Amino acid sequence: MSSPVLIPPAPVPGPRPPDYLAAGHTIGSWLLTLDHKRIGLLYLFAITFFFAIAAFAAALMRIELLTPAGDLVTSETYNRLFTLHGVTMVWFFLIPSIPATLGNFVIPLMIGARDVAFPRLNLASWYIFMLGGLFTLYAIVMGGVDTGWTFYTPYSSTYSNSHVMAMAAGVFIAGFSSIATGLNFIVTIHKLRAPGLTWGRLPLFLWSMYSTSIILVLATPVLAITLLLIVLERCFGVGIFDPKLGGDPLLFQHLFWFYSHPAVYIMILPGMGVVSEIIAAFARKPVFGYEVVAASSMAIGVLGFLVWGHHMFVSSQSVYAGVVFSLLSFLVAVPSAIKVFSWTATLHRGHISLETPMLYALGFIGLFTVGGVTGVMLATLAIDVHVTDTYFVVAHFHYIMVGGAVMAFMGGIHYWWPKICGRMYPEWPARIAALTIFLGFNLTFFPQFVLGYMGMPRRYHVYPPEFQALNVLSTAGASILGIGYLMPLVYLTWSFFRGRRAGPNPWGATGLEWRTDSPAPEHNFAETPIVTTGPYHYPVQP
Amino acid sequence: MSNTLTHPAASPYSDREQHAVANHLGMWTFIATEILFFGGLFASYSLYRWAYPAAFVTGSKHLEFWIGTLNTGVLLTSSLFMALADLAVRAGRRGALRWSLLATWLLGALFLGLKFYEYHLAAKEGHVPGAHFRLEVPQAPQVELFMFLYFAMTGLHAAHMIIGLGAIAWLLWLNHRRRLGADHDAPVSMVALYWHFVDCVWIFLYPLLYLVR
Amino acid sequence: MSPGLAFAFSDWGPGTASSVAPRVDLIFWTILGVSAVVVGGLAFANLYFLIRYRRNSPAPRPPLRIKTAWLESAWITATTVIFLGFFFWGASVYLFAERPPAGALTIAVTGRQWMWDIRHENGRREFNELHVPLGEDVRLVLTSEDVIHSFFVPAFRLKQDAVPGRRVSAWFRATKSGTYHIFCAEYCGTAHSGMVGDVVVLPPARYAEWLERGNAMEDLTQRGRRLFLRYNCSGCHDQPAAVHAPVLTELYGAMVPTSDGRMLRADDAYLRDSILWPQKDVVAGYEPLMPSFQNVIPESDLLDLIAYLKSLPGRQPPPAGPGESSRPLPP
Repeated sequence: MSSPVLIPPAPVPGPRPPDYLAAGHTIGSWLLTLDHKRIGLLYLFAITFFFAIAAFAAALMRIELLTPAGDLVTSETYNRLFTLHGVTMVWFFLIPSIPATLGNFVIPLMIGARDVAFPRLNLASWYIFMLGGLFTLYAIVMGGVDTGWTFYTPYSSTYSNSHVMAMAAGVFIAGFSSIATGLNFIVTIHKLRAPGLTWGRLPLFLWSMYSTSIILVLATPVLAITLLLIVLERCFGVGIFDPKLGGDPLLFQHLFWFYSHPAVYIMILPGMGVVSEIIAAFARKPVFGYEVVAASSMAIGVLGFLVWGHHMFVSSQSVYAGVVFSLLSFLVAVPSAIKVFSWTATLHRGHISLETPMLYALGFIGLFTVGGVTGVMLATLAIDVHVTDTYFVVAHFHYIMVGGAVMAFMGGIHYWWPKICGRMYPEWPARIAALTIFLGFNLTFFPQFVLGYMGMPRRYHVYPPEFQALNVLSTAGASILGIGYLMPLVYLTWSFFRGRRAGPNPWGATGLEWRTDSPAPEHNFAETPIVTTGPYHYPVQP
Repeated sequence: MSNTLTHPAASPYSDREQHAVANHLGMWTFIATEILFFGGLFASYSLYRWAYPAAFVTGSKHLEFWIGTLNTGVLLTSSLFMALADLAVRAGRRGALRWSLLATWLLGALFLGLKFYEYHLAAKEGHVPGAHFRLEVPQAPQVELFMFLYFAMTGLHAAHMIIGLGAIAWLLWLNHRRRLGADHDAPVSMVALYWHFVDCVWIFLYPLLYLVR
Repeated sequence: MSPGLAFAFSDWGPGTASSVAPRVDLIFWTILGVSAVVVGGLAFANLYFLIRYRRNSPAPRPPLRIKTAWLESAWITATTVIFLGFFFWGASVYLFAERPPAGALTIAVTGRQWMWDIRHENGRREFNELHVPLGEDVRLVLTSEDVIHSFFVPAFRLKQDAVPGRRVSAWFRATKSGTYHIFCAEYCGTAHSGMVGDVVVLPPARYAEWLERGNAMEDLTQRGRRLFLRYNCSGCHDQPAAVHAPVLTELYGAMVPTSDGRMLRADDAYLRDSILWPQKDVVAGYEPLMPSFQNVIPESDLLDLIAYLKSLPGRQPPPAGPGESSRPLPP
């Protein structure tokens, strides 16, 4: 029948208000901004910088791993490289990535508000983040840390001769930025929704962000106290984690993973939310099973707090604790599986087009699913004993974090790019980059599953020669992946200034953010929108 | 004109009540994070008390029981005055607000003064864990562990008290500038909530540290 | 032919040399198979929908007739049931693998930076090698002297963390003779990837033979003295000597002044550092003449030397106080 009707933007009475980019060009207008959109961009700039540092460390590691011998760098240096990679990627890229950039930018727009609940707290959170980053950079410049991002004791608390305290301080401080962001989003989503936007009509990105925010505020403080305890132990030589002085090294592991497992849901849930938005927009259909997908986000948030012991199956914790944690880990995998089924079902009888955001979303579904089924293998006790602490785990979490979270982040950036800068990115270079990333990623990390099962442990600087062939494949993939990441850096920067101008709703998507100009006006909406339908109210067409 | 710290735009709220409700939700969420923050220390305490009960009794006996008990009274009284301050601001009584805030602040400062005196005594007697620990008792390393938890938990609590004193001083300043009243009582109720929470943490710390027998 | 390629055409995987390994592999391949089917099905469905329902395609898109709640309940239930199945299976293999049977041969394994110190029941000691009999239950009692290590034998599908302050058991029954990798699988510092070794599975008779031979319970300090002479430490440090070198009696536990004004306690770490990096803490009043023995003296000999030095007449050190070590930690 007829082609789908575009959702018209709300008419704007009177002269056009300035968009947020035009409202002020001084440094001060950026560094003292209270505008959530500008704060989102400040975060985007910061996390890109940290991503580059961490990626550089990974490049050095992968080059070193081309040969079984340790011939590029010393063991000391290698150990500091993988620690730097982990710490920077987890806390200075992944955790803030979608929440602090896309979340900050999009959430008020999506709920029809003028800003977040506490704009000054929002600005403060960026400065706190940068302060944490400064401490971490100091630690890096002074030679780095060699404990691994997991800081296991007693190595980190007693034995390591590196700048543990400075790096722990950096992460500790950055944690408060996370807490502030989560707190802000919780109150924003609760209290600033436009009239008519009930919980049952909330777009799925907001459900995911809400669940993520709860995890942010409840889990991060536990990390904070854990890092504080390591610092105190190093300072005063007390034995809270040192068995020679009566302490228990496993106490650290429990405290650390109590935060760090929910942390991985902080990293993936926002990505799932982005994928829901993109699939709906590019299939021109409501997401299948909306209520169940929303409930799944909340279930993942809650259950995610109960599974931390699956990182400790061989740690000498009780076998019965292991059994309980394994069971709970299987249960937390169910809601994620449901989402994958629902996304697939959304495509059925949709009107699908394959622009770049959709390519990233589809890539997410594939790669996250592979990561997910290998997660199921890891939850299986008997298998985990063999593959834990090997490259199997490394491959698993990179499938989720890079194949999942980073792909979703890229998809979201491209999807909301017109709203961010009022211009389109160039479509064909973007598609080529997406494909390059997808192929490079798989070549990098799939061989690592095999390496892990064969027995290659993680964090190994040198390895037996029978592992070389797969390592070479992995490094080859990494170089392709690196090229894939450089491409968006170039064309997105170019398109920010020179891209084709975009209208309010270039995708023809639903959602309040598309009912206002591109780039978004400074105060988001000329008048507060009123919501009268559910999300994804695409007209039903045969 | 851009929306900045020096030139803030109109707030995202449609009315004052919405803003007040948002502030409250924000404060309670913050309290939740604080519970988890102290929670890690309480978890560590629980583990080691279960593992070394005798050492914990020994350690507890070496604390300054009377200072701890006195401090409990001081802090509870300060919370009383803080509650009175909350009532005063809602009734719009600026004078009463000033006195009750001042009383709260002074009692809080008294608490900290007694606390630091207590730390000083502990340092003199070699109870501070680390290089200068010198308690000659059986299970000394485990008693040292108790002392570490004592200093960490009360120290973290004291840090929160200091922040609280700063917040109360801010309220006194706001009141001085006539920026508090029945229709603008959110700052007071939020600081009050924070102060009561810090008091609550002490209510748990006191028996766990001073009353182990 | 490169080792990598040789591997690719040989026995797949890490080798299957213990009684539990085939069970682990079976559950792994099963989950892999089920996952491949599901992922394949999803991939096919996605691809099919992407093509058939591309924008402006002529495929009909009538509203769904079936109740979606049925479909959702079905896939939630199926997923949960399958997962629970995997859970039970995995847990049962795990409980079998984690409970050492009674009567197993017991071997003590101590991890320390960066070596495995293995002691058999009759006192025979080995470093970074574990000789075991074929076809018999072997129980390892693991601990660490410093940081957390992890004893990993891929061919046995065996892994257990060696935690300081704890003794943990792990067990296996080797089912194939041969030599298999031991890796340390918990990051433990600089030479973590060097903390490797071999399990040597011998037929029972040959194992018994091996056990009887060799250095059962030789006094460590006697061995240390022999090494002290062999590496010619005595050339400078025994009196009288041609070279002015610190006397080593009454050294262990004492406070030592260094040439740059620090005071260090001569604990185990100090002794070790002085042999491997003698330029680091030169004793006050002496020239920095001592050569480094790094890469000259292997780990096991180093331990015996230190044991010997500790045994020399002198003050016993008090246990290291908190905050005291010969190396202050950086901020």
